[in-house]
Amino acid sequence: MQDFSFLTTWLDNSLRSIMPGWLSVTVECLLVGVGLLLVYALLALFYIYYERKLCAAFQCRLGPNRVGPWGLLQSFADMFKMLIKEIIHLNHIDRFLFALAPYLVIIASMLAFAVLPWGNGLQIIDFNIGIFFLIAVSSIGVLGILLAGWSSNNKFTLIGSLRSGAQMVSYELSIGLSVITMVCLAGTMSVGGIVQEQENLWFIFKGHVPAVIAFIIYMIAGTAETNRGPFDLPEAESELTAGYHTEYSGMHFGFFYLAEYLNLFIVSGVASLLFLGGWMPLHFPGWDAFNHIMDYIPSVVWFIGKAVLLSFVIIWFKWTFPRLRIDQLLSLEWKYLLPINLVNLVLMVLIIVNGWHF
Amino acid sequence: MITSAIFGIENSGTLAITALLTGVALVFLALWIAKMISPRSFNPQKGEAYECGIPTRGESMSQFKVGYYLFATLFLMFDVETVFLFPWAVRMRELGVDGLISIAVFFGVLVLGLVYAWRKGALEWK
Repeated sequence: MQDFSFLTTWLDNSLRSIMPGWLSVTVECLLVGVGLLLVYALLALFYIYYERKLCAAFQCRLGPNRVGPWGLLQSFADMFKMLIKEIIHLNHIDRFLFALAPYLVIIASMLAFAVLPWGNGLQIIDFNIGIFFLIAVSSIGVLGILLAGWSSNNKFTLIGSLRSGAQMVSYELSIGLSVITMVCLAGTMSVGGIVQEQENLWFIFKGHVPAVIAFIIYMIAGTAETNRGPFDLPEAESELTAGYHTEYSGMHFGFFYLAEYLNLFIVSGVASLLFLGGWMPLHFPGWDAFNHIMDYIPSVVWFIGKAVLLSFVIIWFKWTFPRLRIDQLLSLEWKYLLPINLVNLVLMVLIIVNGWHF
Repeated sequence: MITSAIFGIENSGTLAITALLTGVALVFLALWIAKMISPRSFNPQKGEAYECGIPTRGESMSQFKVGYYLFATLFLMFDVETVFLFPWAVRMRELGVDGLISIAVFFGVLVLGLVYAWRKGALEWK
């Protein structure tokens, strides 16, 4: 396995040789910040292009194909268009909360983004409670959405944000419980530790049936958490115009758009971390030659590849199922997913106690 | 093998604060650039709420359905209980039978709560 930490160690050593310790740490933090910003923006632009192309493919259209080769520069053009649009000043809003909401949404996705295991030696935040931290910070996003809807002082946004809040809050339970199921198997909450535990075999194979059930529940709940697919009723265009961000214009709106696509990546990234081994290549116990060949593919490619594949599944959901009603949405969570999840946790505990897992 | 933290920064809190500040910087810088290069025009109609074309009637920050509160309360209950499950999940193998029995009691209370809410009709959207 390639270890990317030689790069950061080399940078660290060369910085330390020319400047005092505190300054080199500051410079390194700045580097991390700039790197995060670049990856965040580029990934969001890539995801916008990816989703538009996939939508087009599902509907037998071509999708964006004019700006750049195969329309590759379309999302850059869109970003610049968004930057030069006027930010309209409304006179009936709660100004402070209205300005605060995009900050909360972006901070939530940025913090969750930094916890993901990008590659061997490329993980940024590695707390010993990593996955718990991730769940905690991603719930800040709900606050941003509620504030956006409330402070806009508009009926569409209020209804949109309440629906969104009820939905995200409910499905967070399913996410939390399926994460607990996998933490039971891993025996650690640190993201690096969870990846390390899957060195022999990914958890989805290791954990028998409960892991597969937890994976399916996680994917459903993750789709709902990002307000996408069949669960997009917070921004049901035909009834609520644009839901909670109706009153936002220009780049202000752009942040919600950015965070929505990044949340799609984060949900698929966490799914690949918990079930498909994070950056760990596909390994099977005993298949030494196969494992060795798989090690040649860089870990970053493994992680991003898995995340992009899982996002494909989530986008596929969107074009396959019709939109749910709010009562169907809540009963799906509270009457089906939650009880199944609780039983699934007990099953997982039984399997671990009896040592039936691989 | 798993390597230590990026750049050898042992304290992940520093990096978490860096990520937080990066988020703030992203919003602040993008808004600043947008304000510099975007056009400005004033029109009293522009500041109005987005509606079908007629002014909004009544208060917009109005009362809403009590069902949302109900689900928020249920969420609070279950989420706090989920938080208590996390530490046990990590140390499950070390805690052994004692831990299993205690968590089974806790889990039973959790399930009873769900059954109670279900029987009371709190999970119906009426």
